[in-house]
Amino acid sequence: MSGEAPILEVRGLHKSFGALEVLKGIDLAVAKGELVFVIGPSGSGKSTLLRCCNRLEEPTSGSIRVEGVDVMAPGTNINAVRRRIGMVFQSFNLYPHLDALGNVALALRKVVGKPRAEAERLGRAALERVGLAEKAASFPNELSGGQQQRVAIARALALEPAILLFDEPTSALDPELVGSVLAVMRELRESGMTMVVVSHEMRFARSAADRVIFMDHGVIVEQGPPQKLFNAPEHPRIRDFIASIEH
Amino acid sequence: MQLERLADTFFNLQVMQQYLPKIVEGFFVTIQIALAVVLAGIAAGLALALVRAFRIKAVNFCIILGVDVLRALPPLVLIIGFYFALPTIGIRMSAWVATWLALSLVLAAFAEEIFWAGILAVPKGQWEAARSTGLTFVQTLTDVVMPQAVRLTIPPLTNRTIAITKGTALGAVIAVGEILYQAQTAYSFSYNPSPLVLGAAAYLILFIPVVYFGRWVETRFAWKR
Repeated sequence: MSGEAPILEVRGLHKSFGALEVLKGIDLAVAKGELVFVIGPSGSGKSTLLRCCNRLEEPTSGSIRVEGVDVMAPGTNINAVRRRIGMVFQSFNLYPHLDALGNVALALRKVVGKPRAEAERLGRAALERVGLAEKAASFPNELSGGQQQRVAIARALALEPAILLFDEPTSALDPELVGSVLAVMRELRESGMTMVVVSHEMRFARSAADRVIFMDHGVIVEQGPPQKLFNAPEHPRIRDFIASIEH
Repeated sequence: MQLERLADTFFNLQVMQQYLPKIVEGFFVTIQIALAVVLAGIAAGLALALVRAFRIKAVNFCIILGVDVLRALPPLVLIIGFYFALPTIGIRMSAWVATWLALSLVLAAFAEEIFWAGILAVPKGQWEAARSTGLTFVQTLTDVVMPQAVRLTIPPLTNRTIAITKGTALGAVIAVGEILYQAQTAYSFSYNPSPLVLGAAAYLILFIPVVYFGRWVETRFAWKR
């Protein structure tokens, strides 16, 4: 992490929904090429943290920088920043009225301003990366959950983001389909993509994460390399949580 | 004999022949108003729903209020109001325009509600996915939400449109020369109700295909996810 500026830098992030304080001061820096895994009980604020990073949720206070750009600053074009932050959702959220290629190419045309042919060429390349080039003309309802999620990853990937945020990407999938999505994520990691992943896939975290963060009640309780966090955590809560997930 | 009297009263060919041209004339007037109402009403309803999507409080309050009033008022009250009441404050319009305007406003009100329900029915995740790729609010609305919303709204919208365009017959009250007016006039001239039967036939010829079209649309756009 030394030397180069972090891709994502969160400082003193607070987020409240009414009287409920969901995030109570989060500090987090993600280096280029790093895969950070965020775990914790439901309601601990993991998803909210991700959703604040691209301002799908408006932070209550704190600062967020992506590639040095202050996401919260009044003069910042949030849509330009969002191009650099890809997001993958638990429920895929593919556009049901567009085929796979249309899903992937839409933002290339509308946000990046590529002509249709160029957008489709790039879209096909993105589908290729997730192993679904032959499904370009399929509509979401013709694809399995795993395939839909891979198209969703391609949709984010096509914009060549600096960082990808995954919000429980495999939680809505049947167990036998999880592997194909994780395989794509592993391939992305190997190609050097910077990623923040909220997930309960502990085995994947053990083998692929550079750093694991344990969140509870809106704060980061502990963070470190997966071996440390999974095998010798300082907080007993973490051991209990991991035990409850893995069995 | 009874049957002969019945035929002579309701199916008097001589009378029918005499007034057929008038009914045909009314037929085309009805088509004209109906088309104009459909175009104006749906366009205005869509525009209102799109404006409502911006969720500007004061604007939405006005839209909701106006829409509720228009949905509550009988269309005939509007037609008579436009034609007879507005001239007292210096706003004059032809019977044709009064009928068209009243029905268009009513259709716009219902269409707005239907489009708005369609917009609300599109899952929040669609907005979030689109915005997360950098699409603006307006781009998300036009390229992601509306294509889905419109598809959801087509069946109810078709039914409502049919119901309201049939209201063109209300124009007869203020002497718009549409089907019912022509039939009634012919009836009072001939003292024979056969023109009314012709008029009914004209409505069937006009609206039965529309009803079937509505049914086709309903199955065609049944939503698959």
